[in-house]
Amino acid sequence: MIKFNSKKLLISIFVILIFTKPILSAENNDLLKVNWSFKELTGKFDRASLQRGFQVYKEVCSSCHSMQYLSYRNLGEPGGPEFTLEEVKAIAASVEIDDGPDSQGEMFTRPGKPSDKFKSPYPNVEASTAANGGAYPPDMSVLVKARPGGADYMYSVLMGYEDPPAGMKLDDGVYYNKYMIGKKIKMSAPLLEGIVEYADGTEASVDQMAKDVTTFLAWAAEPELEIRHKTGIKVIIYLILLTILVYLSMKKIWSRIDSEI
Amino acid sequence: MSDQEYIPKSKAAKWFNDRLPLLTLGAHLTDYPTPKNLNYWWTFGGILTFCLLTQIITGIVLAMHYVAHADLAFASVEHIMRNVNYGWLIRYIHSNGASMFFLAVYIHIFRSLFYGSYKSPREVIWIIGLLIYLLMMATAFMGYVLPWGQMSFWGATVITSLFSAIPLVGESITTWLWGAYSVDNPTLNRFFSLHYLFPFLILGLVVLHIWALHVPGNNNPIGIDIKKPSKDTVPFHPYITIKDAFALLMFMIIFAGFVFFSPNVLGHSDNYIPANPLVTPAHIVPEWYLLPFYAILRSVPDKLGGVILMFGSIFILFVLPWLDTSKVRSAVFRPIYRNFYWIFIVDVLMLGYMGAMPAEGIYLVLARVGTIYYFLHFIVVLPVVGLLEKTDPVPMSISEPVLSGGANPSLAKKDNDKI
Amino acid sequence: MSKEEKKVNRRDFLYTASYTVGAVGLGAVVWPLVHQMNPDKAQQALATTEVDISQVEPGKSITVLWRGKPVFLKRRTPEEIAEARSVSLNDLPDPQKDEDRVKKGRDEWLVMLGVCTHLGCVPLKDKGDYKGWFCPCHGSHYDLSGRIRKGPAPTNMEIPKFEFVDNNTIKIG
Repeated sequence: MIKFNSKKLLISIFVILIFTKPILSAENNDLLKVNWSFKELTGKFDRASLQRGFQVYKEVCSSCHSMQYLSYRNLGEPGGPEFTLEEVKAIAASVEIDDGPDSQGEMFTRPGKPSDKFKSPYPNVEASTAANGGAYPPDMSVLVKARPGGADYMYSVLMGYEDPPAGMKLDDGVYYNKYMIGKKIKMSAPLLEGIVEYADGTEASVDQMAKDVTTFLAWAAEPELEIRHKTGIKVIIYLILLTILVYLSMKKIWSRIDSEI
Repeated sequence: MSDQEYIPKSKAAKWFNDRLPLLTLGAHLTDYPTPKNLNYWWTFGGILTFCLLTQIITGIVLAMHYVAHADLAFASVEHIMRNVNYGWLIRYIHSNGASMFFLAVYIHIFRSLFYGSYKSPREVIWIIGLLIYLLMMATAFMGYVLPWGQMSFWGATVITSLFSAIPLVGESITTWLWGAYSVDNPTLNRFFSLHYLFPFLILGLVVLHIWALHVPGNNNPIGIDIKKPSKDTVPFHPYITIKDAFALLMFMIIFAGFVFFSPNVLGHSDNYIPANPLVTPAHIVPEWYLLPFYAILRSVPDKLGGVILMFGSIFILFVLPWLDTSKVRSAVFRPIYRNFYWIFIVDVLMLGYMGAMPAEGIYLVLARVGTIYYFLHFIVVLPVVGLLEKTDPVPMSISEPVLSGGANPSLAKKDNDKI
Repeated sequence: MSKEEKKVNRRDFLYTASYTVGAVGLGAVVWPLVHQMNPDKAQQALATTEVDISQVEPGKSITVLWRGKPVFLKRRTPEEIAEARSVSLNDLPDPQKDEDRVKKGRDEWLVMLGVCTHLGCVPLKDKGDYKGWFCPCHGSHYDLSGRIRKGPAPTNMEIPKFEFVDNNTIKIG
């Protein structure tokens, strides 16, 4: 009797979704798409790629970009690059950390410890901006989450350096990048063939480095991703099981009523 | 209320119950006669209670780790995500929980619109519900400011600037809201305080909402008055509780899907950029649940006019029970209204869509059409259709779907009483 | 079993199963809500600290912060050690040999948590009837080995886990 139009409502929502989706992603639908290992529901990071990506970050990006919300200990935690404790200690110790005041009230430097935050290349945003031609190199801790398109966008920008189209005039210190919003970027192409010599012998092509460092940045932004995926699968399986049980119970309970009618 | 006297079995229970009748209340809630034909659209009341409690519990936890200071708020959120045990889970439940809360409340409201649940004698339930909805919007807005990202900061700037449209005192009010000469640390601090307070006000209103509901009892899909208890009703427990539980679990599966597999899809990536008072993001967009109102705001070329219309679009809902002139509650028996109902839904969805688009060109035109229709629906369609519409015959009772002519629910009630 | 009974059994099983599975889920939800209040990962990472002791003269002591609590590091003179060891265990409320409170071969270094075992105040150094420490809160007297001698404190001051990394560095934790 009740022709309730749940169907109609669902259809409306569906139509809206169809309309919305391409437009929400319109800005980025020309991005390069990579089949990242961490994308699917059970996705995980590629450990070797994370370790290589850290090397690229350390040797290339970190001279301008800070990563202030990460600590060296994160590099050894499960779900990340999973360096050994010794490796993490060595990585941390290779950095001079400012500390203090000591008992004399003086500031001093000491080798880093795993509990230290990543050392920033500049003392503050202003210094960083001034040293980079007026453009602040953004902190990379959550950069992948802070850009529409995420990892694909990051990778595309790294791969998007080209000669500007004829007729386009660029100021000094401005470069053409076809994936950058506005197509102009104040960072010169950071990855050059062989700029990094990978410890594991992988060939350091621009594409390889771009993929590795993007993977590393994706992990840095979402260090909980693997445990989140793992927990999520368990939670959903549990919920489906309980839903089935409750559904059967409900049928049983309501059967008392239906039979009375 | 038509409950029989409840007498506890044990002496101790009776002693306690004479002094504080909690057991009587429990018995009332358990036995509460509920129409047996409630469909799944009626389960969202329970789902909303779950949403509120989830937000309160996760919110209390987050407040243990969050720092409400302009210099530290963003970092403290990252601290929650990276260091606090299960911090990421609790924060993602809280942030996605806000969206799920609004999804549920919109379904709840539109259910009410379809089945005429706001009509006499349930006007007070409806008005308390709207107050809850207003508080929800305020709470959600202030909560969105707390991570102190770019969208937090600029969203706060835009929304608080709405008050500057008020003639004469607007500027003073805005400054008073900010506690500074722009959105700044004092603003963040007071938003945190109020964001913590409001959910408890909501909780109080929810109690009143349910209390007011238990006086006339539930409306139902065919919208007729029913005798309680009768063969048209079932006791709330276990019949309704188990059904609510089932629906809640389905809802939780979707909720979990967002939390674990797309936790940021409903948010905006700009909010992972720390707040910067010197740079405005290219598109300032509120969270999706506020988009229709944002579209109404922007569709008016006048600042004060836009603010008035935006608030008016909510406040007109308060007089809805008196704008709708129909004697029949449920749209099931209202063939004309039913069509307008679906047009109205499409209109609201379209407004929401326009709210996400830049306010220019065709988007602006459509937003204006949508805004005008929004108000026409309440001011013209509802009163006129209610008077002119020839409704379908309404059944006398739920158990007897015999159509005996007469579209008059009061008649149906009279007959029912005789049985 | 009649058909009716079978039906009832199945019903009971369903309800029991639903309640049980639901209760397990609730339990699983409670754990993150409880565990979030435990020390977070940043706190855990600070669980050890290394102290430079090269500047401490015999007879002097330094105080460092470890896990938010003071740790006393005292370099005792031979006389102080001798005095601490001359006490009969029978005179001690919490009998413990001084030898058991220091690292073998490093007897001059007394490393202990500077927290009174009574109610958590920080005792003052070189005070009290036993030349060791004295807690101003409720008057507990500790000797040169940090053992309780007089007052309400029930036990000796606690020795944390520590080790000598080299001659000049002690790692606590």
